Amino acid sequence: MKDATTTTQLDVEAIKQDFPLLSKGFHGESIVYLDSAASSQRPTCVIDTMSGYYNYSHANVHRGVYKLAEEADRLYENARMAAGRFIGAPDPAREIVFTKNATEAINLIAYSWGMHRLHEGDVVVVTEIDHHANLVPWIMLHEARGVELRVIPMRDDYLLDLDNLEETVDGAKLVACTLMSNVLGTIPPFRKIADAAHNAGAIVVADGAQLVPHAHVDVQELGCDFLAFSGHKMLGPTGIGVLWGKADLLDSMPPFMGGGGMILDVKFEGIVPAEIPTRFEAGTPPIAEAVGLTAAIEYLDKIGMDNIIRHDTELTAYTIESLKETFGGDITIMGPDTTENRGGVISLALKDIHPHDLAQVLDESNVCIRAGHHCAKPLMRRLGTSATARASFYLYNDTSDTDRLIEALAKAASIFG
Amino acid sequence: MSTSGLEDLYREIILDHYRNPRNRGSMDVPPSQRIEAYNPLCGDEVVVYLLENNGVLEDIKIEGQGCSISQSSASLMSAAVKGKTTEEARKIISDFKKLMSIHESRMEDTKDIDSGNANNSVDSDDTAADGINENEIGSADDAQMDVDLDAMGELAALQGVVRFPVRIKCAILAWNALAEGLDEIEVSADHPGTSK
Repeated sequence: MKDATTTTQLDVEAIKQDFPLLSKGFHGESIVYLDSAASSQRPTCVIDTMSGYYNYSHANVHRGVYKLAEEADRLYENARMAAGRFIGAPDPAREIVFTKNATEAINLIAYSWGMHRLHEGDVVVVTEIDHHANLVPWIMLHEARGVELRVIPMRDDYLLDLDNLEETVDGAKLVACTLMSNVLGTIPPFRKIADAAHNAGAIVVADGAQLVPHAHVDVQELGCDFLAFSGHKMLGPTGIGVLWGKADLLDSMPPFMGGGGMILDVKFEGIVPAEIPTRFEAGTPPIAEAVGLTAAIEYLDKIGMDNIIRHDTELTAYTIESLKETFGGDITIMGPDTTENRGGVISLALKDIHPHDLAQVLDESNVCIRAGHHCAKPLMRRLGTSATARASFYLYNDTSDTDRLIEALAKAASIFG
Repeated sequence: MSTSGLEDLYREIILDHYRNPRNRGSMDVPPSQRIEAYNPLCGDEVVVYLLENNGVLEDIKIEGQGCSISQSSASLMSAAVKGKTTEEARKIISDFKKLMSIHESRMEDTKDIDSGNANNSVDSDDTAADGINENEIGSADDAQMDVDLDAMGELAALQGVVRFPVRIKCAILAWNALAEGLDEIEVSADHPGTSK
C-alpha cells in the first residue's frame, strides 16, 4: 500500500449515484448496506456492460471463426488480462484461470495440485482465522489422503500468533492463509508467512476474497504461489472467480474438471490436456461475468485502490470510536483494536443480545448487517460463540451509514434492555 | 396484527421467557428422553428432556442457546406441555404448527434441516435464507384463523413470528425436538392405543 498522503478522499455521495439501490433505495426506502464482506453491490456500468455484451456481442468462446465469436473471444481474453494486471500477475495470459468463485479456485488447487502432490503424512498449514473456503478443501485432503493439518493459532488480540511460525511450517508442503479475515478484519503479515513457508520448501496459497476488492494487492509483493478471489465481492457479477497461479506451477498440474475446452485431443484411450490456463476451464466459461468483471476492475481502478483502503480504514476507525463512545462497556468488538493491518469489517456484540435478534431489529431500520458464523466455524469456536453480528464497509459507505447503524443498535439495546 | 412487525415479534411475553426461561435444566437419561435440535444456519441449539409416565409428560427440561425466538419458544413450549398427556401434547404441536402457518409437509422439510441432514445450504453464510419463502406461507392468515388463539394461552404471543419467515425456523426448533421425543416414546413404550 502506498503512503496515505498520496491518496484522495472518496466522493461517496457521487459514488452512491452509481448504485441505484443506494441512491434510490430498497422498495423506495433508503437503505444502509453494511454487508459487502458477504457480497458487494455493483455499479450501473457493470450491469450495462454485461447487458451490452449479451445484446450485441455474445457467442461462445474458443469455438467460432465468425466475427461475432472473435469479438466474444477478445472480450473474454481482455478480462483475463484485466484481472491479471489488477493483481500484478507477470504473465496474465497464462496465469489467470476463471472459476465460479474464490471457493472453486481454492478447490482447484486442492484437487489438481493437492490430490496429486500430497500423500499420507504430508503437512498442510492453515490458520485459525480463515473461513471455510480456505479450510474445508484442506480438511477434505486430510480426510481423503491422510494429510497432516497444522494450524497457525489466533492470539487474544485477534492477530495471528506467529511465535512458532518456523516450527509450524517446518516440513510443510503447502501453507494456506487469508489476506484478510472476513470476521475480524485482521490483515495478517502475509509476506512474513510466505517467506517462512518458502524457506521450508512449501508453496503458498493466498485467499484474497476479502482484501483484493479493497486494497492494492500485488502477487509479486505478496510472495504467494496462488491467489484466489471472487468477482461479486469487488463490484463484479456473481458466478465468476479468479485463480492466479505461477505459470510453472499451473503447467505442472493435471486438469481439475474434464470436458470441452480443456483438451487438445480426445481418444477413448485417453486425453491430451490443453495448455494453461484453458486446461482448467472445462465447458463454457462465465463469459458475460468476465466482461462484467472487466468493467468492475475499470471502475475500481478509476477510484483507486489506495483511496479505497484508506476510506475503509478511516470509516472503520470512526465506527469503532462511535460504538465505544455510545455503548461503552456494553459493546464488544471482535477484531484488532487498531486501524493498522485491519480492514473494514467489524464483528460486534451488544450486551448479550443474540446476533440474530440484533440483525432483525437493525433490519427494521433498513440497516443490513450479517448475523451468523460467517462460514468460519473453527474461528467461532475460538471466539467462544456460535455467531457474531458483522458490519462491513465498502467505497459506497460513509459516516451517515455508521450513524444509522448506531441509532438502530440503540433501539435494539432498548428492546432487549 | 399491530402495525409494527417488530413489536409484534418481540412481545413482552417472549422477552420474559427469553430472560427467565421456564423448566431450564436437564434430567437423567434414562428414565428421560433426550432430544437435540440444531439449526446449523444460525447456531441455535435446543435440547429437550422428556419424562413420560403412563402417557403423561410428567416433566420436561430445556437446555440450549440461541436467539430470543428459539429460546423463548422452547420455554413457552415446556410450560404448555408439562403435565399434559402425549395426545394433548400432539394436539398442541399441531396447533402451534398452524400458528406458524406450516403445513405438515413444511414441518417435515424443516425437520431435515434441524437434524443436520439437509443437503442444501447447510453451510450458507446466510442466517436462514433458504427454505420457507413468502409464497409458501401465502396462506398464513388462513391457516392462523383455524387456530383458537385464546385456547393457546401464552403461546399465542409467538404468532408475530409468521411475519418474519426466516425466524419461523427459530420458533419451531424446540417443537421439532418435542415431536421427535414423542415419536420415540411411542415406539419404546409400545402403547397399543397410540397407533393411528
